Amino acid sequence: MSDAESPTEFDPTAPNTGEDFEPVDVFPDSDDFDLRPGADSCYKCSTCDTNCPVAEVDDEFPGPKFQGPEQWRLKQNEDDYTIDDSITDCSNCMRCDNACPSGVPLSQMHNTARGEYVSEQMDKLSVEYVRNRILANYRTSATIASKVPRLANFAMNFGPARWVMEKTLGVTSEREFPAFAKQTFREWWSSRGGAAASKENAQQARERRGQDRDADKKVAYFHGCYSNYNTPEVGKAMVRVFEEYGYEVVVPEQRCSGTPMFANGMLDDARRGAEVNVSSMADLIEQGYDAIASCTSCSMALRQEYPELFDIDGIDEVAANTFESVEYLRIHEDLKGDLRAADVEGDLAREFAYHAPCHARNQGLERQSVELFRDLEGVGIEDVGESCSGISGTYGWKAEKYEKSMKIGDEMFDHMDDASGDTGMTECPTCAMQMEHGTGYDIRHPLELLEAALVE
Amino acid sequence: MAIESEVLVIGGGLAGLSSALAAAREGADVRLLSYKQSTLRNASGLVDILGYTHDGDGPLTDPYEAIPELPSSHPYRTVGVDGVREAMAMFDDVTDYRGDHTDTNALLPTHGGTVKPTARYPRGAAAGLASDDRDVLLVGLGSMVDFDAPHVAAHLEAAGVPFEARGVSIEFPGDLRADAKVTRYAKLLDTNGEVAVGGRMVGARDALADAIEPHLDGEARVGLPAILGDDHPDAVRAALGDALSVDVFEVPMGPPSLPGLRLEDALFEAVDEAGGNFETGNPVVDYAAEDGHIEEVYIEKNGARIPVSGDQYVLATGGLVGKGVESDREGVYEPIFDCHVPHAEDRYDWFDLDVFGDHPFARFGLPTDEQLRPLTATDSVEFDNLRAAGGILGGYDFAAEKSGSGVSIATGHAAGTNAAQEAR
Repeated sequence: MSDAESPTEFDPTAPNTGEDFEPVDVFPDSDDFDLRPGADSCYKCSTCDTNCPVAEVDDEFPGPKFQGPEQWRLKQNEDDYTIDDSITDCSNCMRCDNACPSGVPLSQMHNTARGEYVSEQMDKLSVEYVRNRILANYRTSATIASKVPRLANFAMNFGPARWVMEKTLGVTSEREFPAFAKQTFREWWSSRGGAAASKENAQQARERRGQDRDADKKVAYFHGCYSNYNTPEVGKAMVRVFEEYGYEVVVPEQRCSGTPMFANGMLDDARRGAEVNVSSMADLIEQGYDAIASCTSCSMALRQEYPELFDIDGIDEVAANTFESVEYLRIHEDLKGDLRAADVEGDLAREFAYHAPCHARNQGLERQSVELFRDLEGVGIEDVGESCSGISGTYGWKAEKYEKSMKIGDEMFDHMDDASGDTGMTECPTCAMQMEHGTGYDIRHPLELLEAALVE
Repeated sequence: MAIESEVLVIGGGLAGLSSALAAAREGADVRLLSYKQSTLRNASGLVDILGYTHDGDGPLTDPYEAIPELPSSHPYRTVGVDGVREAMAMFDDVTDYRGDHTDTNALLPTHGGTVKPTARYPRGAAAGLASDDRDVLLVGLGSMVDFDAPHVAAHLEAAGVPFEARGVSIEFPGDLRADAKVTRYAKLLDTNGEVAVGGRMVGARDALADAIEPHLDGEARVGLPAILGDDHPDAVRAALGDALSVDVFEVPMGPPSLPGLRLEDALFEAVDEAGGNFETGNPVVDYAAEDGHIEEVYIEKNGARIPVSGDQYVLATGGLVGKGVESDREGVYEPIFDCHVPHAEDRYDWFDLDVFGDHPFARFGLPTDEQLRPLTATDSVEFDNLRAAGGILGGYDFAAEKSGSGVSIATGHAAGTNAAQEAR
């Protein structure tokens, strides 16, 4: 009830990255993002804790409320406070972000704490660190393996080799490594004629659709590692669907989006990739392109994690102009109407058990596949519910986390089993691995179904 | 272009879900947008219509009888008694709640040891009715400090319940961490997952029954905090009840609340089954309108503005707590469409000096016409295709009246139905 001077204005419902907000300058030496407004916004309702798939099965895990705002406060108050090692049990599903009614940037706090733990407290010679670094830098191994896909596919799943990997590196031998494609997406893209061919295709499509041949419809494709090395059919479907709608596609230079690196606290590795990605996307965005990803974790990284964790020139423009591929078409085209008028025959005329990846949720995309495909003739789709698949990228590959990962996944496996279809569908490559691992189903990407429905 | 629907509902709580459900059942193409996950997980899961009159008289026996006596500015007066009945029929149709056999309020014990008048209650709370004269054993868990069973039992007896209540505190078997999440208990009980007891592994349901058993002293019913399963609460209660030969019930708890979560699941499932669409995760921040007609609204996603449009709109973003109504030192406002919120100019007139006094802020919210369309300061409609429902409405004090859920369901149902009829 005092008439004291009005405090600096800030909106506690929006994550504040510290650019425009200067609270009382309590931590003048820190050059990190200011997480204090986020910590102050937490009123401890514990809604985040009820969303945490790990806390539900793991007695040791203290949950997101502790990992985020509480640990952050402890760190401010005690000089010798070290980050609790339970931070490595957080799987970075980011569900807590979507849960918080108060806009606390929980995943940003987790990523920051995990980065600090790994860089300052983790033994760089430990097996765990080496293992995590290898897993997080999947692109590096994939680049080599994709040069000799047949040999790699054999060697990676060769029993004795896997036993050694589990014993020496702690990579579970329960899972089968995904197969490497004989031709990567980028190899296919160049052999097809690259951007010039895409422009030609797009112009023809525009004429067919009665649009201006030179309309300004162009997108830059962020394919990510998995579509490139493992499932090029997803990337090809993306290109064909977008061209069908008259979009020219370019495929700029890119590195890993950083998703597995954030989850393993390897923020320096992630930053190096982010610098390349932001720089190539920012240039194109300036020329009028929008950035499109087919993997929901990749689009999540570019949209949310980059601006939350790094200060790179052009990063906000890239975040604001990045979209998930199907979302983009929903905004700019009458995708729903076109699908209502279409039908699917042949290989993909199936019943799908659809799982929404956790990273699709924060982007508001958890229902778009169900919404689009439930009116599509020739196919069926059923949402298998809101449970997490449990693999969370590299998490479920670690020997010590394998069992936990499967416990989390149990609910999804049950629901997939109950669903009438026996083909899975999801946007996320590692959710797909888990779905296949738990049920034996063939797993497809929504873009493949869009291609089957809309492209001749 | 924009992502299009016939009816666009903004807000994912009880009012938004009721709107979306009613509109979808009318056959409209519906989309519900919720900034975050539904706030129902912060709700007790009890569904009240009206527990006390506007003047604080009560608890009321028959809420329907009291509705015509409410001031004309009250949202119940806008939708009318029949509107409330139709809305509750829809709610009963899509949930397995109890209490629909009568107009009379039920009396339910709360986790604070008070008795609350309520119109509907989850099946899990049914054996706990305060009008039941069978004796009660309340079992608290040492780690769950929100439910001090001996204290709650003493409070209930002091409130004059017609039975003897006794409270004991035990530890949840298995030596879980002291601050285990409610979902951890629920998951263990749902799956009857094994916990370590005295060096051997026992199913959590059996272990919990074993831990309660020595404390029973002839009571016919046992109450626990609401942690008894998320997906299979009926099976969990039945297993405990069989093992102990008693009726088991849950006492609704504060946030985060499993009965609220279960209600959220049931309502989203109902919207899905009725063909409605929904998405969560990002806020609606702005709109475009022409001649008092909303053309589209914008969802903000990390700097990107996603256009979403509807023929008709329902605003169900909550009240002062839900951030559907905001205030600062200058005034009280509605942040998305800037609809008029009546309030005194001097902010010292927004509250009463008596803590439990008649606070004007408790009634802050939007005034509407008979179709629930928000009104300007001069009583004309703000937009011809915008309706409001739930906590964002003014003219009622849900906390004092115990009318929060009922107003949300009733106005949500009416707004959704009207919007769908207009759009078709």
